[in-house]
Amino acid sequence: MAQITTLEDSIGTLVHDGDTVALEGFSHLVPFAAGHEIIRQNRRKLTLIRLSIDIIYDQMIGMGCARKLVFSWAGNPGIGLLPRFRDAVENGWPVPLELEEHSHAGLAAAFAAGASGLPFGTLRGYVGTDLAARNPSVAFIKCPFTGDELAAVRAVNPDVTIIHAQQSDTRGNILLWGITGIQKEAVLAARRVIVTVEEIRDSLEPVPGSMLLPASLITAVAHVPNGAHPSYAQGYYTRDNQFYRSWDSIARDRVRFSEWMDSCLNKNGLPTRS
Amino acid sequence: MTIVAARQFRNRATCFVGVGAPSMAACLARLLDAPDIVLMYESGTIGAKPTTAPLSIADSELAETADVVVPVTEFFSYWLQGGRIDMTFLGTAQIDRFGNLNTTVTGNYERPKVRLPGAGGAPEVASLSKEVFVITKHTLRAFVEKVDFTTTFTRKNLSAVVTDLGVLKPDPETGELVLVACHPGVSVQDVQGASGWNLRVAGELEESVGPTASELAVLRDLELRTRRAHEFPSRLP
Repeated sequence: MAQITTLEDSIGTLVHDGDTVALEGFSHLVPFAAGHEIIRQNRRKLTLIRLSIDIIYDQMIGMGCARKLVFSWAGNPGIGLLPRFRDAVENGWPVPLELEEHSHAGLAAAFAAGASGLPFGTLRGYVGTDLAARNPSVAFIKCPFTGDELAAVRAVNPDVTIIHAQQSDTRGNILLWGITGIQKEAVLAARRVIVTVEEIRDSLEPVPGSMLLPASLITAVAHVPNGAHPSYAQGYYTRDNQFYRSWDSIARDRVRFSEWMDSCLNKNGLPTRS
Repeated sequence: MTIVAARQFRNRATCFVGVGAPSMAACLARLLDAPDIVLMYESGTIGAKPTTAPLSIADSELAETADVVVPVTEFFSYWLQGGRIDMTFLGTAQIDRFGNLNTTVTGNYERPKVRLPGAGGAPEVASLSKEVFVITKHTLRAFVEKVDFTTTFTRKNLSAVVTDLGVLKPDPETGELVLVACHPGVSVQDVQGASGWNLRVAGELEESVGPTASELAVLRDLELRTRRAHEFPSRLP
């Protein structure tokens, strides 16, 4: 059953060095505050999983939290490349990164398999690409009924999945709406689940098209208003496009990036590193 | 380029669009001759009706204006693999003589010169939608003899490559890209000079119909509104 706790405490007790961690959110409800807490608590050698890697993973990579990425896209959406991801892959700074690279359809199938307790997922995918040869978690199989060749992807089961949602109730039932990406599968595939929320209410009022994740799936809930900023939380605040546009100039240079991270982590009077 | 690309959209078709040039073309198409296209983004927004080109594939305007927002697994399983996408419009970093796309790395995969974003939805969208269009600037860096990495393989359903210089289509026999139209004021030499291989030219080379005054006015207005929307910082509650 979900425990209502603080962000500091949930990361401190549930995320360990060397864990496989998925901070999910498809440009919407990206758990920025949780990522910052992981950096603040100085976690190391994490395997980070995510379909669409954007700025929060760029920050975690640049701060040396990650050893390996399992992903299907890594960029600054609509703008360009991620400077810290590039520096890690191209130059091994601050630490080398191992890559396990999928397509979105492939990694989505891997999450769905993980959520279903299956060892692999299948799809009509990876046809004619060089991706399959580079990724040991992609193989080709024959359909036992039609003989069609299909791609198989190894299931993904994170030690911890972290998402941000609009609301929870006091028992830890979670409500999110708008673009919900792969969050349901990422939660169901994980051994432990942390959810940060904009609001904790006595009871939830379902919104059209919303997704409800029962408290039985959730390990810890933390009340973190604005926890997805500079991404957005539908119904609460819009995306800070200006910040996304400024990211390249902040992160291109190693020194400027490190200074900026220190002041970012410091901004609420919290220690830079605990 | 955007106007010629916008003209490719068939009204009422279901269309997958990436961000950047494809999205700008899709928004323009909706304001011109294809108001009823069903726009799909890989964030799961189906039937989105953006008034400005979104910065990311998951902007709130896409979710707010969509007919329905579905989870990513459902999008790729039921909508894409289920055969419900007619036309796909993609950008790319590199494209080669045979229409292979590279958005993964330039140089060697293990020690890349430039690490690019990677595949996203493109490989499966390109292989499973009925028609594929590529929209990209025509430069020597983008148009290479052979891509450094095949992220996306398009051959059998590639309809056209629309660039800022002209339009290329694959030879139906060999799949090799052939220049079929130059935009007004662009010569064959200009296009060949911006291509990294000896680009073949169709026997009956056409000139693209130039932009009309109203197409240009609508595009300029869309670009201005899009720029303003992207500069707007968010306000926290």
